[in-house]
Amino acid sequence: MSPKVRQKKVPIAEQKPEERIRNFNEVCLGYTMEEAIEEGMRCLQCKNAPCVAGCPVTIDIPGFIKALREGNIDESWKILSSATNLPAVCGRVCPQETQCEGVCTLGRGKDFEPVAIGKLERFVADWKAGSGVQSAPVVHRGEPKGKVAIVGSGPAGLTAAGDLAKMGYRVKIYEALHEPGGVLMYGIPEFRLPKAIVRREIENIKLLDVEVEVDTAVGRSITVEELRGEYDAIFIGTGAGTPRFIGIPGTTLNGVYSASEFLTRVNLMHAYRFPEYDTPIKKLKNVVVVGGGNVAMDAARSALRLGAEHVTVAYRRTQAEMPARVEEYHHAVEEGIEFCWLTNPVEYVGDERGWVKAVNCIRMELGEPDESGRRRPIPVPGSEFLLEADGAIEAIGQGSNKVLLDAFPELKLNKHGYIVADPETGATSVEGVFAGGDIVTGAATVILAMGAGKNAAKAIDEYISTKRLKAASR
Amino acid sequence: MHAILEKRLIAPNEYDMWVEAPKVASHARPGQFVVVRPTPKGERIPLTIADYDLKRGSIRFIFQAVGKTTHQMARFEVGDSLSDVLGPLGRPSEIKKWGTVMLVGGGVGIAALFPILRELKRVGNYTITVLGGRSSELVIMKDECRRYSDELIITTDDGSEGIKGVVTEGMRVASEGRKIDQAWAIGPTIMMKFASLAAKEMGIPIWVSLNPIMVDGTGMCGGCRVEVGGEVRFACVDGPEFDGWAVNWDVLMRRLQQYKEEEKLSLEQYMAEVESVV
Repeated sequence: MSPKVRQKKVPIAEQKPEERIRNFNEVCLGYTMEEAIEEGMRCLQCKNAPCVAGCPVTIDIPGFIKALREGNIDESWKILSSATNLPAVCGRVCPQETQCEGVCTLGRGKDFEPVAIGKLERFVADWKAGSGVQSAPVVHRGEPKGKVAIVGSGPAGLTAAGDLAKMGYRVKIYEALHEPGGVLMYGIPEFRLPKAIVRREIENIKLLDVEVEVDTAVGRSITVEELRGEYDAIFIGTGAGTPRFIGIPGTTLNGVYSASEFLTRVNLMHAYRFPEYDTPIKKLKNVVVVGGGNVAMDAARSALRLGAEHVTVAYRRTQAEMPARVEEYHHAVEEGIEFCWLTNPVEYVGDERGWVKAVNCIRMELGEPDESGRRRPIPVPGSEFLLEADGAIEAIGQGSNKVLLDAFPELKLNKHGYIVADPETGATSVEGVFAGGDIVTGAATVILAMGAGKNAAKAIDEYISTKRLKAASR
Repeated sequence: MHAILEKRLIAPNEYDMWVEAPKVASHARPGQFVVVRPTPKGERIPLTIADYDLKRGSIRFIFQAVGKTTHQMARFEVGDSLSDVLGPLGRPSEIKKWGTVMLVGGGVGIAALFPILRELKRVGNYTITVLGGRSSELVIMKDECRRYSDELIITTDDGSEGIKGVVTEGMRVASEGRKIDQAWAIGPTIMMKFASLAAKEMGIPIWVSLNPIMVDGTGMCGGCRVEVGGEVRFACVDGPEFDGWAVNWDVLMRRLQQYKEEEKLSLEQYMAEVESVV
């Protein structure tokens, strides 16, 4: 390895913890051009490029980094955006450490960190947006190859829509909420993914002639039959979409939230700017967040920014089993979030007015590995203890939302209630209907949903083209 | 954007509005609701659909100006638009030939009751309607309800019309000496609670339409959870109608109080704003 290659990533500017816990501005401030080029120089330009294989949307990573370090940001952006419709989003929220950066050749060297691929991706996307010149979109003129309806405007739907539009399809996205973006808008907080960036990427997709219809719940505002009558194919990317509760006593007490409600109020409805925005959120002092994933980190860090004095994350396993990204966990620790490992709530205790005042928890110990391969937590008898709390947020995952599924009984579901779909193509049990993202896999990541959207777009193109060909030869 | 086509004050502080919403109008069924966000910085609030006009692609709702959002909507005029209307949401009412049905309504809940009454009449039920309010002028939609009611009983707290007393008095009169096969009660939570207790006493099964605080209205957030028969249910997707005998009313009333202080602050600030403009 060339001695000139830096061992560590070029450090990136961040808001200081003591400052950022009082605002909702983005934590990571991003690279400057010089820093980005310096970091780009660390890329070894491997011929076999394991990073590309590690990317669910197969971005030409050495390619975009090469263009970047040559100072050709425009070209770099073109390479990126030919593979992803959401580069500024991916650069921020992908778990790069388990994907591209996890397999980076440089990172395998002793004492070497992998190339900061995610940070470079966001740099290029942000620079391009800041330059004010979005490339003229490749709009497909003339007769469209077919019509495709996309249900849900989260990462899976947006990706499928963008790809299909580029292939020459007429695409319309139906979104139930008042603003497109799905989890990118209602779930991931502003300080991790600024909403202006999500809107910008969605505008770029709209420039490809993708239509977005908000306030439309498919299955209610428009029926599945209507969609099937009007479109050649349908892609379902609604997300998992319904919060799970542990189901312990006290779940209906005031002050007990699902993370979905808490985050939707804060993010989509801007409750952190109440009363300028009309949707309120309670000012809480002591908050207990239950769970160990990214959503738990987002809820805990949001609660802190809303003014909580103590925020405790209660997780039934240990740090080692925690599904949250390391970066998010570190940020949370820096900000003063406390972690209670091997802890599970058994009851919410209410005051005389019906507000939660404490969470009764039990200690856990780890037993044999379960089907997920992680060691199963087992309660330690008699180890109950109280955590004082005027707010509790459950971030323990999601189940499948039934609004669409109940209206579409032909669609085959698995035992967890998710849609059965071919993992390669997204094809469901109903001809012409494809699905991908959390409504197929259960709660997963933005990038896996994007990967599913991308694969489904290819499969939809094939499906419609084949059908047309057959019809023509008849 | 959803243009306001008609707007009328029908009782003190109660407004009757027709709004353009073609997708809702063509899919709505009795018992369903919409989520409305009147302005881009506004809150999402659930409103029951009082009527729908397929030809015009419009829906009707009747609301009382209570908090900021409804006060703001009360100031909207014909030609103004609501930012967002999503629906129809929730499970429709179970419309079938039950036999003799009793429909109990109070306050703006009467508006939600109306399309259910009309459909129940259309499929051949014998309909007894009990409408209640503090005084005569607060009992809305009397003539419309009369048209689809085999019997109409009105109760007022002050005795200004019909029976002096609350709706449960009317329910007793209505059910005297005959079998009621199914009842509905829609109105203020406290009214639905006592109507349910009375119905249970009389052995009449009763549907109630619950109105907890909602955010998305599509089962996504779980904020609207209610306790029915000891189980947690989401009013937006499992309801809004539930078996009145089984509802835990205390939980519902308590959860409705969650944002009382914030709602007060929001309303005061809004009122100060609009008054300073005038």
